[in-house]
Amino acid sequence: MQDRIRGRVYVLGDDIDTDQIIPANFLTYNPAIPEERKLFGRHALCGVPAPGAGLPDGRVPFVDQSDPANTRSDYRIIIAGRNFGCGSSREHAPLALAEAGVEAVVAEFYARIFFRNSVNGGYLVPFESVERLVEHHRTGDEVEIDPKSGRLTNLRTGRTYALKPLGDVAPIIEAGGVFAYARKAGLLKKA
Amino acid sequence: MGMTITEKILARHAGRSSVSAGENVWVDVDILMTHDVCGPGTIGVFEEHFGKDAKVWDPDRVVIIPDHYIFTADRHAHRNIEILRDFVRRQGIRYYYDPDFVQGEGMPSPYRDPTATRYKGVCHKALPEEGHVRPGEILLGTDSHTCTAGAFGQFATGIGNTDAGFVLGTGKTWLKVPPTMKFVFHGRIPPYLTAKDLILAVIGEISVSGATYKAMYFTGEGVASLTLEDRMTLTNMAIEAGGKNGVCDVDEKTLAYVRRRSNRPDWTVETDDRDARYCYVHEWDLGAMEPLVAKPHSPDNRATAHECRDVTIDRAYIGSCTGGKITDMIFAAAILQGRQVKVPTFVVPGSTEVHADMLRLNLRGRPRADGEPSIHDILREAGCTMGPASCAACLGGPADTFGRLNEPIRCISTTNRNFPGRMGHQQAGVFLASPLTVAASALTGRITDPRDYVDGPIDTGEAGVV
Ligand code: SF4
Repeated sequence: MQDRIRGRVYVLGDDIDTDQIIPANFLTYNPAIPEERKLFGRHALCGVPAPGAGLPDGRVPFVDQSDPANTRSDYRIIIAGRNFGCGSSREHAPLALAEAGVEAVVAEFYARIFFRNSVNGGYLVPFESVERLVEHHRTGDEVEIDPKSGRLTNLRTGRTYALKPLGDVAPIIEAGGVFAYARKAGLLKKA
Repeated sequence: MGMTITEKILARHAGRSSVSAGENVWVDVDILMTHDVCGPGTIGVFEEHFGKDAKVWDPDRVVIIPDHYIFTADRHAHRNIEILRDFVRRQGIRYYYDPDFVQGEGMPSPYRDPTATRYKGVCHKALPEEGHVRPGEILLGTDSHTCTAGAFGQFATGIGNTDAGFVLGTGKTWLKVPPTMKFVFHGRIPPYLTAKDLILAVIGEISVSGATYKAMYFTGEGVASLTLEDRMTLTNMAIEAGGKNGVCDVDEKTLAYVRRRSNRPDWTVETDDRDARYCYVHEWDLGAMEPLVAKPHSPDNRATAHECRDVTIDRAYIGSCTGGKITDMIFAAAILQGRQVKVPTFVVPGSTEVHADMLRLNLRGRPRADGEPSIHDILREAGCTMGPASCAACLGGPADTFGRLNEPIRCISTTNRNFPGRMGHQQAGVFLASPLTVAASALTGRITDPRDYVDGPIDTGEAGVV
């Protein structure tokens, strides 16, 4: 994990489910094939209904669709409310966000499988905020996360917010995923 | 200190005499299941980390059931089936249920005879049918509704491709032992309710995140009074409350089914100790419960069917791992028999076995006599549009999917999720309900309390029993 994660934020509400993160009609792409894997980035978050897409105003495309080859988002950090990533167990969800360039999500709490997939696949860091951040940030704000001290600072407002400790998954996140972790811990032979 | 079923199963598989909630343990996995959506990615992870020529940890413990994108012309979907075929061939995996009619390009023509294909349909229905579900075991699947199998007294939960790739190579995974929430149902199930009403009551009570990281234990004589299939509806939707797993007690109904189906002879029945600890307990009296719906766009948006009586609907859908079992079909047929639906009504059997039973059984769940209408006949004559077994429109899927909501319409459905866009169109509104409520609503074109039609017990006979 980097010392600092810095970038513009994309703000979402509560109960963002994995069908909104990557709708089912894109699941026929195979993430094991690099050209298809990129397409998950292009369609990340396209299932979020427009009024809630990029709060507070909504109707902000997460990935600019005007260039047909674009697969990356301008936003590196997602701020969301409760129960982020609920619904289906598709690992395509954290993968799609990571392919679009997301490095961290900061939510009040996560649905279990999304959290686990993010950690074990090493896609992004799922931070939990102590207080609700959605109303304190605008899509496009520049923020900086300091994982060590567990703080997020909004560089527009200058305010700092506390993040919860990553707890017992921290070693897996540090290692970069469950395979790297298991190798380090001697549970798997070195590749 | 007493343990719950879930704690005992995890302890045994971790080689320990006890575990308690919150601990992380490495466990041995009994069965790993994957399907056509997550299989190719899982295989990719496995080969990346263990090598192209690596062998899976035990080919007889890997079960692959394509079910999601079968009846579509989508070329990537067909390509994914080819990836599965190639993998099972190289690995010597026996328990692969091939959609053998998917050959070449274009929309495949469905199987003619549901008993004459290797193809099974929805994985969570096919797993117990094909003998891969047993009390006391650990089943992991790359699908969130893997929790369905907890109805058979086992630990079953959904995982992602990376976790599944790891299990393929090692047969192991780490799990955090969940605290258990206990849901007790008193009384016997009345004829106008199904387990769908019970689980919608639970989710409405605790919300879509109320069981996050937790085990959901369903017990009481009310649960014992349910058919095995209806118990599967309870555990199936544990994930809609955020649950890690759902679990029911094992009884004679469970044992009869598993004895008949299991392809391994031994298993261990676990029970909750008297002094087991629960982080939450809630009790219901079945006699006091009403038919429920979950309104758009969340499974916890609970209302009674009666309260929604002025809501008009454009479509009805009967299918999925939640509401596409043979008993669900009998529930719907009992209401639709001799009547005509008012809105387009799509029927999708959960599995080819369900499809075969719809043709074989009469309305009372017994082999039909010559000239007697089958469940399939009854539904078709009521004006339903009948499809082949698959996940179909439950998760939207490619635009040519059977029953998919391609317009912003209102649908009442026996499925499990009604998030925005889940069944296709982002502005479509999906109401989740029991097969009884869906069938009653299909007849009137508005959300209808099934008590308007149900006047006595609905006998499901031998359907889904063994
Ligand atoms: S029927 Fe629906 S919920 Fe069940 S496995 Fe298929 S897509 Fe998932």
